[in-house]
Amino acid sequence: MIDADVLEQTIALGLATGADFAEVYAEDKRSTSAGLDDDRVEQVNSGRDRGAGIRVIKGDTTGFAHTSDLSATGLAAAARAAAAAAGQGDGQTRTIALNQRSQHRVNTIAVGPDEIAKADKVALLERVNDAARSYAPEIVQVSAGYGDARKHTLVANSEGVHVEDDIVRIILRINAVANGDAGMQTGFKSVGHTIGFEMFDQIDVEELARDAARQAITKLNARPAPSGALPVVINRGTGGVLFHEACGHGLEADLVAKGASVYKDKVGELVASPLVTLVDDGTMPGEWGTVGYDSEGHESRRNVLIENGVLADYMWDHRRSRAAGRGPSGNGRRQSYMHLPMVRMTNTFVLDGSDTPSDIIANTDNGVYVAQLGGGSVNTATGDFVFGMNEAYLIEGGKITAPLREGNLIGNGPEVLKNIDMLGNDFAMGSPGTCGKDGQGVPVGDGQPTLRVSSLTIGGTAA
Amino acid sequence: MSTPAPLIELADRVVAQARPDEQLEVFVSRGGNTEVRVYEGDVEHFVSAQSEGIGIRVVADGRTGFAYAGTLAEDAVAEVLAEARDNVAFGTPDEHAGLAEPDGVERTEQPLWSQELADTSTADKIALAKELEQITLGTDTRIRTEDANYADAFGEAAVASTAGMRQWGRENGCYVTIGTMADDGNETQTGHGFSVGRKVSDLDLHRAANDAVDRATRLLGATKPASQRTTIVLDPLVTAQFLSIISSTLSGSSVVKGRSLFRDRLNEQVAASGVTLVDDPTNPHAYTATEIDGEGLAARRNVLIDDGVLTQFTHNSYSGRRFGVASTANAIRSGFADTPGVGALALSLVPGARSQAEIVAGIDAGVLIQSVQGIHSGVNPVSGDFSTGAAGLMIVNGELGEPVREFTIASTLQKMLLDIVEVGGDIDWLPMRAAGMSLVVDDVTMSGV
Repeated sequence: MIDADVLEQTIALGLATGADFAEVYAEDKRSTSAGLDDDRVEQVNSGRDRGAGIRVIKGDTTGFAHTSDLSATGLAAAARAAAAAAGQGDGQTRTIALNQRSQHRVNTIAVGPDEIAKADKVALLERVNDAARSYAPEIVQVSAGYGDARKHTLVANSEGVHVEDDIVRIILRINAVANGDAGMQTGFKSVGHTIGFEMFDQIDVEELARDAARQAITKLNARPAPSGALPVVINRGTGGVLFHEACGHGLEADLVAKGASVYKDKVGELVASPLVTLVDDGTMPGEWGTVGYDSEGHESRRNVLIENGVLADYMWDHRRSRAAGRGPSGNGRRQSYMHLPMVRMTNTFVLDGSDTPSDIIANTDNGVYVAQLGGGSVNTATGDFVFGMNEAYLIEGGKITAPLREGNLIGNGPEVLKNIDMLGNDFAMGSPGTCGKDGQGVPVGDGQPTLRVSSLTIGGTAA
Repeated sequence: MSTPAPLIELADRVVAQARPDEQLEVFVSRGGNTEVRVYEGDVEHFVSAQSEGIGIRVVADGRTGFAYAGTLAEDAVAEVLAEARDNVAFGTPDEHAGLAEPDGVERTEQPLWSQELADTSTADKIALAKELEQITLGTDTRIRTEDANYADAFGEAAVASTAGMRQWGRENGCYVTIGTMADDGNETQTGHGFSVGRKVSDLDLHRAANDAVDRATRLLGATKPASQRTTIVLDPLVTAQFLSIISSTLSGSSVVKGRSLFRDRLNEQVAASGVTLVDDPTNPHAYTATEIDGEGLAARRNVLIDDGVLTQFTHNSYSGRRFGVASTANAIRSGFADTPGVGALALSLVPGARSQAEIVAGIDAGVLIQSVQGIHSGVNPVSGDFSTGAAGLMIVNGELGEPVREFTIASTLQKMLLDIVEVGGDIDWLPMRAAGMSLVVDDVTMSGV
């Protein structure tokens, strides 16, 4: 994308005013998206985003500038701006020798999205639309979205790092609306992977569409969710967001360093039920949060965060790992070349326990079964977190019974982690997610087996 | 940057390439932002970013195609036009497809560009963030800061089309925010404060600091409340978040596709009497005020709910044509990479007369909701289900009492609008598309212990 000698010159300019560190992050992304709504393919969109962000660190101050001009002149201007932003000082000329590494390949791309005709991408949407609409007459509206992106990235820095990565992400989303006597309800399903278009050889998109339709129709007869605290059973592959919010963000070293995490100073301590082993793994082939390198040029890795309930480690970016005098963990990520990297999760999941899912439900006398969770958020300083339930049911006498209307669940991370009292043996990864932090969104994956939390507060309206 | 010429001329050159059988719209924008983050007296980061790009929409035979690029380089522009044309073939023909046409409404000239802000030095911006942190830390010994931020943004955009549109506009604005943590030895609570302005001298650092300190310290010792039905008073920022959700249900796009719960309710009572909801991007106090919408129509004041009665939906040209009305100039475009959606540009309730303190004094039992959490995951604008995590203070006999946290508030959007008891007079302009003020809502379920 950019010649090594231009990168070296750019980094040298970044260091020219006495900075400690300079970095070029460049990307060239081509994307296609198509939307179908109301029985119409509304339009096909194509995008091209190409540019570089230059980061210069001097002492505790980071200067950052970006440019869409990847010529030597454009990069030089951005490097000067970033250096100025990091602060003035006397510098001496430093020579940078980059050491390019071969690509750390974590994924295979058998069929690039650019090799597939746009008509074939649109045809997926029409199949999805037909399948959801023909599921039942109560389905009154369907929208579906297809998106693919191929992103070539490059990182080079004053420590000699020089790596390139090439990631494809493809996603399909389906939203169904059902109408009944008590108003409208929605069903939502999505699937996404970091592999090529061969993804659709393995996925039955019609089945996914019918599942979205089924979810909307099921909720037509839903009753208001309870209010108050109850045991909650969470279906496999849909509850990773619980850990993402209950502890994932709190284990990000930047928040820990600022004392904005309830998990500060807890390494080596029991922070969760001994049933829980939590892993963040950016190398899982094909998963949504997978990367070859993070956005700071470190290889993605598998990191154990909590082992048998004991806090093992935080997640780190370049700046925080350097300050702590330790190696990186491959968690320095950014949304695009226009953004600064920070500590982010990749694919975060809980390993299998030993209970069967049917035993977990049978052993719950009175509670809530969440078949699919929605999004969530957390206040890492207090540990209070929420997540939505897209599809949920009452559990009465050890059996799943009436469907419930949507609502949020609320809990406190450290308490909820300790209240996980049953863990299934049916691990599954979940659907593709976007994690938001400080205004940036990055793709993340999550997963877990079926599990039970002995008490969570359910934000419904029923007494 | 001070004249429309470069962007308009670029847009004109592309529009001139339109073929006789196609409609073509070009949106070109250029802008930048500054972001200063200060932590413990030092600049943690300083971001100075500029971006530019072009989005082209082509309509032919009722089909629409779109492409964009994040650059204005000539070769990229040619590629974008070719891609947009290529994409046309895949759309389903739609009799309502098309571009916005000039409707004769004059632009309301507003002071949206501050040369004072454009000329403010980097050093002054850094000094503001440092001063905000110092003021905040000096207010209360129990307070730490998570970060103190100064941010500004400027942007100019041009829209030109074969339908005769040819508009240009530019705006800038700035704000400060501060995140705080209060510790009492046992626990930590968080708060936030901010101030918004068109220029640096509009920013009120003391107000931002005091809000951030009060909000964090007054939650210390908070407990989980008992589940109950009660009256809630929403803090202005929470009200603004609530209004943003309401506005999505009034979007013409949701209405014409049957996804709005208010789709059949025009001219009916949907909110309590006294509730008037206005979208007014011509009010320069609004951070998102603008002279033109995303399709180049003159931005205008639209009353969506008038004294409780639903009077109109928001529309862009497409949803308007499908609904059989003119565009209300509510095309929303978040940038060149976006096709025009539909939504409120600068929303507000018409404020009432009383301050929050006066309102609280009149409530026997209730809760002041200082912050909500998970409003994106627990609210469904199609079904109307509303459930969100919250923190705040109990109200007992007209006074603020015990702090409470880790509970939810739940109702439905339909019911909450009808249960509004009072709109506060304390209008607060925020760095988002809705303004806030205190809002009193009856009969909400609070779920805790």
